[in-house]
Amino acid sequence: MARNKDAMVLLIDVSPSMHKALPEIEKVCSMLAEKKLIYSKYDEVAVVLFGTEETENELTKEVGGYEHVVVLQNIKVVDGQLVETLQQLPRGTRDGDFLDAIIVGMDMLIKKYGETYKGKKCLCLLTNAQFPIKYPLEGTKEDQVSTIAEHMNTHGMRMESIVVRGSLTGEANKSVMDENDNLLGIFSKKTCAKLVHVESPTSLLGALRTRKISPVTIFRGDLELSPKMKIKVWVYKKTSEEKFPTLKKYSDKAPPTDKFATHEVKVDFEYKSVEDPSKVVPPDQRIKGYRYGPQVIPISSAEWDAVKFKPEKGVKLLGFSDAKNIMRHYYMKDVNVFIPEPGNTRAILAVSALARAMQDMNKVAILRCVWRQGQGNVVVGVLTPNVSDNDNIPDSFYFNVLPFAEDVREFQFPSFNNFPASWQPNEQQQEAADDFVRMFDLAPPGKEEALPPGLTPNPVLERFYRHLELKSRQPDAAVPPLDETLRMITEPDKELLSQNRSVLDVFRSRFEAKENPKLKKSSRRFLRDKPSGSNEGHADISDEPNSSEYTSAVKVEKVGDATPVQDFEAMINRRDSPQWVGKAIKDMKNKIHDLVEDSYEGDNYPKALECLIALRKGCILEQEPKQFNDFLRTLYIFCQEKALSSFCEFLASKELTLISKTEAIDSEVTDDEARNFLVKSEPKLE
Amino acid sequence: MEIDPDDLFRDDEDDPDNELFQERESTKELVVYLVDASPKMFTTTCPAGDRKDDTHFHVAVSCIAQSLKMQIINNSYDEVAICFFNTREKRNLQDLNGVYVFNVADREYLDRPTARLIKEIDNIEESFMSKIGSQYGIVSGSRENSLYNALWVAQALLRKGSAKTADKRVLLFTNEDDPFGSIKGVIKTDMMRTTLQRTRDAQDLGISIELLPLTQPNSDFNVSTFYSDLLGLKGDDLARFMPAAGEKLEDMKDQLRKRMFKKRLVRKITFSIANGLSIQLSSYALIRPTLPGAITWLDSVTNRPLKTERSFICADTGALVQGSAKHFQPYKTENIKFSVEELSEIKRFSTGHLRLLGFKPLNCLKEFHNLRPSTFVFPTDEELIGSTCIFIALHRSMLRLKRFAVAFYGSSSRPQLVALVAQDEIISAGGQVEPPGMHMIYLPYSEDIRNTEEARDILHTGSNVAPPHANDDQTRNAAALIKRFDLKDFSVFQFANPALQRHYAVLQALALEEDEIPEIKDETVPDEEGMSRPAFVSALEEFKQSVYGDNYEEENDAVGNGKASEASKKRKAVSENAVKESGNYDWVDLADNGKLKDLTVTQLKYYLTANNLPLAGKKEALISRILTHMGK
Repeated sequence: MARNKDAMVLLIDVSPSMHKALPEIEKVCSMLAEKKLIYSKYDEVAVVLFGTEETENELTKEVGGYEHVVVLQNIKVVDGQLVETLQQLPRGTRDGDFLDAIIVGMDMLIKKYGETYKGKKCLCLLTNAQFPIKYPLEGTKEDQVSTIAEHMNTHGMRMESIVVRGSLTGEANKSVMDENDNLLGIFSKKTCAKLVHVESPTSLLGALRTRKISPVTIFRGDLELSPKMKIKVWVYKKTSEEKFPTLKKYSDKAPPTDKFATHEVKVDFEYKSVEDPSKVVPPDQRIKGYRYGPQVIPISSAEWDAVKFKPEKGVKLLGFSDAKNIMRHYYMKDVNVFIPEPGNTRAILAVSALARAMQDMNKVAILRCVWRQGQGNVVVGVLTPNVSDNDNIPDSFYFNVLPFAEDVREFQFPSFNNFPASWQPNEQQQEAADDFVRMFDLAPPGKEEALPPGLTPNPVLERFYRHLELKSRQPDAAVPPLDETLRMITEPDKELLSQNRSVLDVFRSRFEAKENPKLKKSSRRFLRDKPSGSNEGHADISDEPNSSEYTSAVKVEKVGDATPVQDFEAMINRRDSPQWVGKAIKDMKNKIHDLVEDSYEGDNYPKALECLIALRKGCILEQEPKQFNDFLRTLYIFCQEKALSSFCEFLASKELTLISKTEAIDSEVTDDEARNFLVKSEPKLE
Repeated sequence: MEIDPDDLFRDDEDDPDNELFQERESTKELVVYLVDASPKMFTTTCPAGDRKDDTHFHVAVSCIAQSLKMQIINNSYDEVAICFFNTREKRNLQDLNGVYVFNVADREYLDRPTARLIKEIDNIEESFMSKIGSQYGIVSGSRENSLYNALWVAQALLRKGSAKTADKRVLLFTNEDDPFGSIKGVIKTDMMRTTLQRTRDAQDLGISIELLPLTQPNSDFNVSTFYSDLLGLKGDDLARFMPAAGEKLEDMKDQLRKRMFKKRLVRKITFSIANGLSIQLSSYALIRPTLPGAITWLDSVTNRPLKTERSFICADTGALVQGSAKHFQPYKTENIKFSVEELSEIKRFSTGHLRLLGFKPLNCLKEFHNLRPSTFVFPTDEELIGSTCIFIALHRSMLRLKRFAVAFYGSSSRPQLVALVAQDEIISAGGQVEPPGMHMIYLPYSEDIRNTEEARDILHTGSNVAPPHANDDQTRNAAALIKRFDLKDFSVFQFANPALQRHYAVLQALALEEDEIPEIKDETVPDEEGMSRPAFVSALEEFKQSVYGDNYEEENDAVGNGKASEASKKRKAVSENAVKESGNYDWVDLADNGKLKDLTVTQLKYYLTANNLPLAGKKEALISRILTHMGK
């Protein structure tokens, strides 16, 4: 374990100009801690704040200075308390000096681990770098930073700096910022440091690598240009999906007193003959059958091994091709990166020369790859140049897998020109579309690109880890709603919408999309926007800029599963045809009936009650008391027959009654009868 | 209680997010290949690549064989029949002259393709003349109409299955543009009329008839002589039907392959653009990896399929767990439980919808912004009228302004940001190469991207010198090499997957109980011949010289030797030691007395190492390996 134990010091700027960004910093740092608790729970973390009113660190005691730097948490193994600490960072009052904080952090790491420690040591600086650092006693600021950087190198420390800018912080002196950027740049040139600038809260959430993944090569060896010339390369994954954690199934069979119960569920497979299900076939009597058309052909593994395709390991060049021959949508999988063998100057030069030439000529290379000996297939893919603009980083290639002939399905689609004239946009419409595409811009010149994949976090994972943390404190906590920052990923930016209101309005007015009236209602279910989670709820959705039009454009046609009550109300309020009331009531009845019938140990009862109350209200409003009363009676009888009388009891306990004459004049039910309908039945049941 | 049948049968569970959204109609395809076998098909040829000319009959048959092979690999449930007309012999249920339905054992006339069918159709030319024979069916003097008969037979074959659940098609291969040219007068008009009537009847039954005309280099296939009426082609369609004269075999194969696959919709997506404006799109999977079919477990004694039963067992008590609805994640010191509902709630964002977030210039879409194969989207006006118009307008603007759209796609499995890249239609002589529409490219999140190429602790193993970049001279040499080594007309689909081809060749051989497995040509190996061309060799040498310098070879060899010697020295020492140690034991005696199990694993490994046997496995495996080696 010790080998994988890493240490990290978070250096967080809490000065007043950072206050706007702190909520996101709290989120991203606690996420970091949460993931560490799951994936690397032996890692150690410390938290240092700067820009605080107080001063509390060892250096100030030992040598003085280093004011307004507080060690909030000394280096220790991650725990739940750390998560809580990070979720509520104190706000500071002073301007922060990030260099002081870096030195304090380094000092902590050195004191704790010395020079022999094997694990990785890392500093993580979160600041807006808006305030000048103090002048050193001797030499320039650059010299001082260089000295510190060298020190960092000798101790094998890495640093990751996230500089918060743009809308997240207030106005600041540009020359100071430039000076600081320059100083931080020295770190990334001289040491293993990474520097990221972020301007939006979403990017801030995505900027910090919250889970550490040690890179593993897929292939180390020769990139063979021909049998006569080879280049030594290492191949890594460039993209790889971070999956939703695979949760284990929970078993509650173990007695609650058993403290050592794992609660795990094991999966057991048994193979049985189709003809005789009681006969279990032992593993050694099984043979694999492969499908070929309608036939299934049995082949034993040994036989298969003898005849199957066995390519030799190796990465070989097939040739070069114009980049335009390879369409972007042919890329099949996650992406690999080919880097020249580290330390091998010749390989670095060869890759660099090829990459630069390819880039200049707009060419790509086609490769045939067999990554491992014994791999059962070959991969044909395309190598595209990745020319580095940083002097410290060698040039490399990206590699994408291309499809084989069998993987492409050449469907024919009609040409747009062959569509009827009514489907062709006219000049005005085209103009509106042009404006729309031009103005609704996520990467306007001079500003940070919005939602760049490299800085956009996965909202599902964010939500999961937040929910996990909530649940650890309160087991029945509901799924947290999407906050404003995450919403930026799933919905259009309100600011961008309002900036381009006029363009949008023009676009909207020149085009129309309406429902096809000839379609049967049953096939329209696609159109209903399923609410995106109960927590967002209906009230919330109306906040959306487009929702009012949206609901009016898409009218409710039936009582659905997700929100029966709302659907029912929407339908009963439709005035475009009198039939909707009848349909709504009918649909609702069926819905309630289904709910009661499908109920398991009463789990649907509350929902059914909600629906019944809505139906009752609707029937009173629409003067249809008989519809409700008859239905309730039928339902009552149904429950008795199906041994669901518990539902009747449930209704009685909630005081749901028939509709009486006083409520609706058409009703033939007296007040007494109404009140006693369910209550009376109880003695009969017992 | 009143129950509406429409409500009773609605499927509330029908999740529009289901990955394999089932199309209601046309799930299966029934195809009849109708091949003209008249003597003209055997006498006229078309140039085939650089080899000798092939007859039209050969072209047609090999096209069919090709597509059947594709079909069987794709594990489809489509059914086919192969039917020749203008034949000497007849074989069909209607007992009509001049029509021969080709078939093999264990198979109905219209059925799924089998290994035997593919094999026999591949070799049909050898035996065709003797078994089936070829003769003109429509000759003056007789009232026979072989084309009419063929269409009738095809229609009868396609009677199977309802038009709602199956797509029925007839693919007609012929090189005769004027089938009734040899006869004249009333009989001719009469025959043409009845044939056209027959076609129309078939079309009324939901059968589509498609023509694959074979042309000769010197004379065009004139569709308007007869077939335009049969196919119902008019005006523009007619002009477009035969795009260019002199189609080659390749084009023909292409065409057939395209017609082979009927479009299959994956699902319909609502794409909300802005301000409540939504359009509807259909999504299609144009590119998906084709994998060998799933394995079915069989009983090795009876070869009958086995049923897999899965049961969940509580690890603590051994009790059977019935449908556990809870999942857990160990966190801090406890297990945090999640219900299935909560988990799906976490993943739920505007399920099934695509929401436009904005546009970006195409250069923001990097080469590494990829995770999965893309999905193609095409507009549909079926449910929302106006969708196509809006889509076309956006499509044109995006192409013109070189921008792509960023949207959020709320799929239930993985809600994700996607790039919508507009693709203009590309047409070549062989037909549509790229359809017009947009490709949905799944973008990675920041968690999914790794920056290994920038990780300096990997790149700088010890050294502190900045890595060199190539100078202009070296780049020039590389450019010269690239020029010499250009794959002209490279197309992504030119390679067949050798592993898959091998897989099915093996299966086919075993299915037909053949002794020999046909060799599959691996098309993906580099062109050794091209690489030995002097021009290429010299370009390569220059490049090598410029980046590697003079003494690369020797140094490389030295490095290789150095490494090898070090590793092999160690290996040698180990094996020598093992041989020595191994000599200390009387293995035969130990084995005979069953005492091998008393030795330690290390001791057993002496024997294995000394005899060059694998060292892997548990102790029992080692012992049994030793015994096997000794022949006991």
